[in-house]
Amino acid sequence: MQAKKLNVKDKYRLLTRDLDWDFSYEDRKEAFPYEEFEGIKITDWDKWEDPFRLTMDAYWKYQAEKEKKLYAIYDAFAQNNGHLNISDARYVNAIKIFLTAVSPAEYASSNGFAWAGRHYGGMGARVAAQMQSIDELRHYQTQIHAMSHYNKYFDGFEEFAHMHDRVWYISVVKSFFDDCRSAGPFEYIVAVSFAFEYVLTNLLFVPFMSGAAYNGDMATVTFGFSAQSDEARHMTLGLEIIKFLLEQHEDNVPIVQQWLDKWLWRGYRILSVVAMMMDYMLPQKFMSWKEAWELYFEEAGGALFKDLERYGIKMPECAELIRKEKDHLSHQAWWTFYSWGQAAAFHTWTPNAEEMDWLSEKYPDTFDKYYRGRLEKAAELEEQGERFYNSGLPQLCQTCQIPMFFTECGHDEPEEISYRESVYNDERFHFCSDMCKTIFDNEPEKYVHSWLPVHQIFQGNCGGEGLDKVMEYYNMGVGEMNLDYKGSPDEQRWKKWKGVA
Amino acid sequence: MSKVMIGLQDNDESRYIVAAIEEDNPTAVVHYEPAIIRVENEGSLQINRGTVEEHMGCDWVVQSLHVNLVTLTGNIDEDDDYFRLQWNS
Amino acid sequence: MTIEIKTSKIEPVRNTYAHIARRFGDKPASRYQEATYDVASQINFHYKPLWDPDHELNDVSRTAIVMEDWYALKDPRQYYYGAYVQNRAGLQDKAEGNFTFFEKRALGANLSDDVKAKVKVFMLPLRHVEQAANLNNMHCAACTNFCTAVYQAVMFEGMDRLGNAQYYSRIGLALDGNSGDSLAEAKVEWMENPAWQGVRAYCEKTLIIKDWFETFVAQNVVFDSLMNDLYYRQLDQWLGQNGGQDLLMLTDFMTTRATESQRWVDSVLKTTVKESQANADLIRSWISSWRIRAQQALEPLAGAMLDDNALPEAFAALEARLEKIGLGA
Repeated sequence: MQAKKLNVKDKYRLLTRDLDWDFSYEDRKEAFPYEEFEGIKITDWDKWEDPFRLTMDAYWKYQAEKEKKLYAIYDAFAQNNGHLNISDARYVNAIKIFLTAVSPAEYASSNGFAWAGRHYGGMGARVAAQMQSIDELRHYQTQIHAMSHYNKYFDGFEEFAHMHDRVWYISVVKSFFDDCRSAGPFEYIVAVSFAFEYVLTNLLFVPFMSGAAYNGDMATVTFGFSAQSDEARHMTLGLEIIKFLLEQHEDNVPIVQQWLDKWLWRGYRILSVVAMMMDYMLPQKFMSWKEAWELYFEEAGGALFKDLERYGIKMPECAELIRKEKDHLSHQAWWTFYSWGQAAAFHTWTPNAEEMDWLSEKYPDTFDKYYRGRLEKAAELEEQGERFYNSGLPQLCQTCQIPMFFTECGHDEPEEISYRESVYNDERFHFCSDMCKTIFDNEPEKYVHSWLPVHQIFQGNCGGEGLDKVMEYYNMGVGEMNLDYKGSPDEQRWKKWKGVA
Repeated sequence: MSKVMIGLQDNDESRYIVAAIEEDNPTAVVHYEPAIIRVENEGSLQINRGTVEEHMGCDWVVQSLHVNLVTLTGNIDEDDDYFRLQWNS
Repeated sequence: MTIEIKTSKIEPVRNTYAHIARRFGDKPASRYQEATYDVASQINFHYKPLWDPDHELNDVSRTAIVMEDWYALKDPRQYYYGAYVQNRAGLQDKAEGNFTFFEKRALGANLSDDVKAKVKVFMLPLRHVEQAANLNNMHCAACTNFCTAVYQAVMFEGMDRLGNAQYYSRIGLALDGNSGDSLAEAKVEWMENPAWQGVRAYCEKTLIIKDWFETFVAQNVVFDSLMNDLYYRQLDQWLGQNGGQDLLMLTDFMTTRATESQRWVDSVLKTTVKESQANADLIRSWISSWRIRAQQALEPLAGAMLDDNALPEAFAALEARLEKIGLGA
């Protein structure tokens, strides 16, 4: 008997989709209790279209090939002191941010997908979520391994795990994943797979990886390319979940719209640090934040939301404010870290003349007018031996947890701090924007619990009174990890290795 | 109309795949960037196993694209004999 | 004369990450160590899960088992992601070769009707049993996010079980010429054949367990011990003795993998039991109740598939395993 030829779709259906069954002995709802509480209506899980039909045997095969290649390069990088080939040691501070903020978040993302991968009622969605969960495990571990060599030679990597749970600017990213993980299974996947992995991924990944490529960081670049093929699968899951939910029931549309509005905004806010990384931290720059936003969101995202119009989905309104902030974001963020550099686990510095001219060119409407003067003054103070550091602590936004440095770009008043507030249960809460306030106002019971680092310091929960106690709580090496790049142990070692005075 | 795009790691195997794409999608534009080969086309783009095998000179499994893939945009249609990207609108 | 390639000698500032050095000393660490230890968040969570407000996002109290240091449950195989997929890719490569050979040589045609019937009624429905095992291990993963050593191992087990389900499905396709009929029939057996209903009820019951360590015991210890003996030893033997030895090429992946996985499960159990009397008592009580359920569940299946001695033999294997771990009767 000649065996019938099975196409990929049919084969996958037989191997995977038909594994599930209707319960007879227990209430299936007890085994899958979380499907309905968000108000999402699923009428027919069979309509789920598997984006990539990867069976486990193929998964193991292709992922193993990628791992073999990747680890061969990690070994070569370490054996050949590859860290000496980067453009300049200032670059390394960009990847310190990556390891402390992003890598543990990859693990958190894995956790979220593991939970979702257990709880969706539909087999297709479960398998896709499970595969993403194990992919994110891969990313967190390959990042730790990529940075392992850097950790041996530079300060600021060694306490990444301890810091992720405690440090003021890192809570921004941790709270993002805590937020979506504490939500229901459908909000979770819309937040991560669609808003983050589809819409915004090119604004996190491409900057870090291109930054690495342009600055001679072979380990990170190789990690990036190796992980990107996993990201292609994640992106398609994002697109599939959005279409599936919108097509299942019209009642899902307003729920999904509200999630898109919220998560595009929260995702954008955590990219503030990427903006400053691109514009201020790369000795060899490849693109400005403004250019990246125009290319990856305004153009590509524009096409995507056009595609979704037929479901009744609109481009989130916050897109307009983001467009106006793009001329200011990186400059405001960098100044914040520069002036609180005594409490950051990476070095900061004033840009040199050439770099300032690049910023003038890339930001013709704003850099010279609002930001150059301040940086030049800072450089002057440095010269005089009075390198500027803020005393006191910044006010944080209750929702996004970023210091409230954002200004009223939406109202064309970029020199006015953007300040909003809500009173809930006789307590006053502060926000950086209308959108962060709206997010809070929609779910105040959730957001009142935020572990805001600055509040916690003032409440005495971070070691005690005084910055020195806080730095101990953070395990942040004073005079090693923090302060200006100039005069740092990183700089001294770099000069020694390069034989430079 | 919107463009679809596929990005592959710039290595030996990918170069054969790109040659096959160019042959089957005459309007596609190929960009060579640091470590990536990016191919764009209006509306849709299709990679055919047969054409890739002709260029490579050996058997090729469509799913093995996973090893070289860097990024893509568009809706995916995956089969034993082809891999297609498309925008519906 | 020796050739020594001169490399630039630059002293590292430190040998590994600080949390690794705190555990193991300031010396170069293994990839397993750096990937596994002390990264998972333990404190300072921002929001309560809407779906479980009585616990934190990462929470040790989703089980009644108590460990001073959960990282004591390290994986003896030292699987982090890279090591895991590379090992499985090796097994997969062999399995793929076996399936290709089986199909190319039409070895299915050689099988007697008896053997084919045995496979269709008793082996193919295992794809659903493996599905349940995937979900149960995912439940464990969802609950053990506070300790990567446990989290990744249960996740790997879960993905392995999905792989098993897919391989059993392929066995069906190999026997029915890719029509899929054998799988549809296997589903009917699973849903309706009295021989399977006990097992199905057991699987459904495991899927509503809350305490993840109880799930671990009910699935990976009690049930898998019994099923592994029934299938990977006893049915294996029966097939060999009844002209079905070619089929053993197609189950080789499942058998090999099960043996390896058992090392890990045993290690977790042993360490947890040794930790405290309270842990040991709790685990004993779980084993006690789930083995009674397993007995009831498997009697019809073991009897119909093999004979009345089959289940007692499987229980003997479970006893022997528990004895080795320190949980003997």
